[in-house]
Amino acid sequence: MFEDIVLLAHGSGGKLTRALIHEVFAKHLANPLLSKCDDAAVWAALPSGARLALTTDSYVVQPIFFPGGDIGKLSICGTVNDLAMVGARPLYLTAAFILEEGLPLADLERIVVSMASTACEAQVEVVAGDTKVVDNGAADQIFISTAGVGVVPAGIHISGDNAQPGDVILLSGPIGMHGLAVMCQREGLHFSFPLESDCAPLNGLVEAMLRSDSRIHCLRDPTRGGLATTLNELAVQSGVGFEIDEESIPVPHSVQAACELLGLDPLYAANEGKLVAIVPPHAQESILAAMRSHPYGQGAAVIGCVTSSHPGRVVLRTKLGSSRLLDMLSGAQLPRIC
Amino acid sequence: MKYIDEFRNPEGVKRLLRLIHGRSQRPVRLMEFCGGHTHAILRFGLRQLLPPTVQLLSGPGCPVCVTASSDLDRAIAMAHLPGVILTTFGDLVRVPGSAGSLQTAKAQGADVRIVYSCLDALAIARAHPNRQVVFLGIGFETTAPTVAATILQAKADGVANFSVLSLHKLTPAAAKAILDAGEVHLSGIIGPGHVTTAIGSRAWDFLPRDYGIPCAIAGFEPLDILQAIYSLVDMIEGDAQAVSNAYTRSVRPEGNHVAQQMIQRVFAVAAAEWRGLGDLPDSGLSVRTEYAPFDAIYRFPVQVGPSQEPKGCRCGEVLRGIAEPSQCRLFAQGCSPEHPVGPCMVSSEGACAAYLQYGEV
Repeated sequence: MFEDIVLLAHGSGGKLTRALIHEVFAKHLANPLLSKCDDAAVWAALPSGARLALTTDSYVVQPIFFPGGDIGKLSICGTVNDLAMVGARPLYLTAAFILEEGLPLADLERIVVSMASTACEAQVEVVAGDTKVVDNGAADQIFISTAGVGVVPAGIHISGDNAQPGDVILLSGPIGMHGLAVMCQREGLHFSFPLESDCAPLNGLVEAMLRSDSRIHCLRDPTRGGLATTLNELAVQSGVGFEIDEESIPVPHSVQAACELLGLDPLYAANEGKLVAIVPPHAQESILAAMRSHPYGQGAAVIGCVTSSHPGRVVLRTKLGSSRLLDMLSGAQLPRIC
Repeated sequence: MKYIDEFRNPEGVKRLLRLIHGRSQRPVRLMEFCGGHTHAILRFGLRQLLPPTVQLLSGPGCPVCVTASSDLDRAIAMAHLPGVILTTFGDLVRVPGSAGSLQTAKAQGADVRIVYSCLDALAIARAHPNRQVVFLGIGFETTAPTVAATILQAKADGVANFSVLSLHKLTPAAAKAILDAGEVHLSGIIGPGHVTTAIGSRAWDFLPRDYGIPCAIAGFEPLDILQAIYSLVDMIEGDAQAVSNAYTRSVRPEGNHVAQQMIQRVFAVAAAEWRGLGDLPDSGLSVRTEYAPFDAIYRFPVQVGPSQEPKGCRCGEVLRGIAEPSQCRLFAQGCSPEHPVGPCMVSSEGACAAYLQYGEV
């Protein structure tokens, strides 16, 4: 009954649409709220005083499958991580798919299976969804938008404007793996060493950190624009200066090597399974220990501190002992010509 | 990482700095010719580690920056021709021409595609036999051999829909032009490492011979650059002028014969227009007549009007070493990497972009 590629008719709202929903989406993402097939998911009221967190993001990565992940895994992790970065426990997600006519159904199913297993790991449910099919060429294979809702426990106040002079800046592990893995796959560059995306849901790591000490001031995942851009965003938002020690930033050899070859800087390469935490100095030890005992925070390190001087600017102390500005990414990173 | 860590070794850097501080007495003004050097010097914060007697100036060694407005206008006109796919290195799409950039041409419907190498452009030509693929060939003696190799490949394989707009430039000619103009007094030149790998360190013998200044060829890691600076300081203090090679793991006196032959086979030395330096004789590479079918100038003889430089932009002076980026009143005030007025703010090898990105603190 199934063609092996996505047809415009799959988005018509008729029988093929129902078949697609049942045989791909509902099959893998099933849960009581989704399976009711109502126009909206309805769930029990939250305890009074609980605060809700809501976020949304769209995913258009090319290639749709890359070492260490795929667009489906990314679409769950990205939204889960955005919720986790305000200290929220993610509960429910929605997923909207824009499918290009001609996409192999096997690819779609592989992506949905990946979403299901990532959602399972993150302990979230996809409770509502939508599918549209567009003409060949009007989209690039598949675009996914996810939105997520989560609950912020009482006593947690995490925001990008909370960094205080004297705070310590922590990084959960080695940088640049997602950006370089995707770029090398896209450009058909092969290395003799493995280069895999770090794409991962970080809500478990954040919960472990909060259990060790709830006084985390800021959390942010350094995705597009990389670590340098995230640090600049936080410094501006909090109106404080950052001093970063280049030596302390973990960069895998594989990322360093690929960056050297391509003329890129790992500080600006995207991550999808890392976070920056800014914590008061007395909480540093316990939070760092909690990070290092979690699978997604084993490579955690202290990378710098917050200062009241040069507000809104990030200063990098280089390995050679000099200091320079660490600016935001401007435009796209491009390799040098000569 | 092998070949990287050794040349960023903090202990080695300290040792070289001690030597430079100990040897440097006279004030010297050294030009780092290459934009890659400017970028590395600022990225590693080397200027602040040098003694005050050593002043570093940026030079014209940024291929995007020295591309003339008129040439960009020609490329934009070609991009607008029906059926043309214009392929280019990424930096160039954002450089403003007289009216708009390749980026705005793309937004207006021109098919402009970013490639990593000329071979990618050839692959696009093979994949679209009914379109005309033009590669915008910028760069110095480092990039030109790869473009020459691609043209040879296209000819051998009979790819009829591929051509190159050759804007390649020759570096010694630019160094001569700066010294001949006499606008800036230089005590020595930090020679470009990659270019010299291709052309050989002998190509710079004219600097001590004709201009009485030393030259030290440098790689792009901190130790490479500091070793070249020490070598220059040492020669100047000893009143010696020579070409020294501080990049021996890559550069030979005679250079890379294969690369040189490749250039000579496909290209002929010709006059070229440089942004900031103007028309310089024997400073560019044009496609030889026997390869004319692969010459975009021959295939698409577009006419462009007189070109205009952006108002208030001092890129030309920055490229000649007579102005620092921060002396331009547009620097960070109306000209930024997000909204570049001049090319030196666009390219990752441009001095203005490097000064703004790494601004010392």
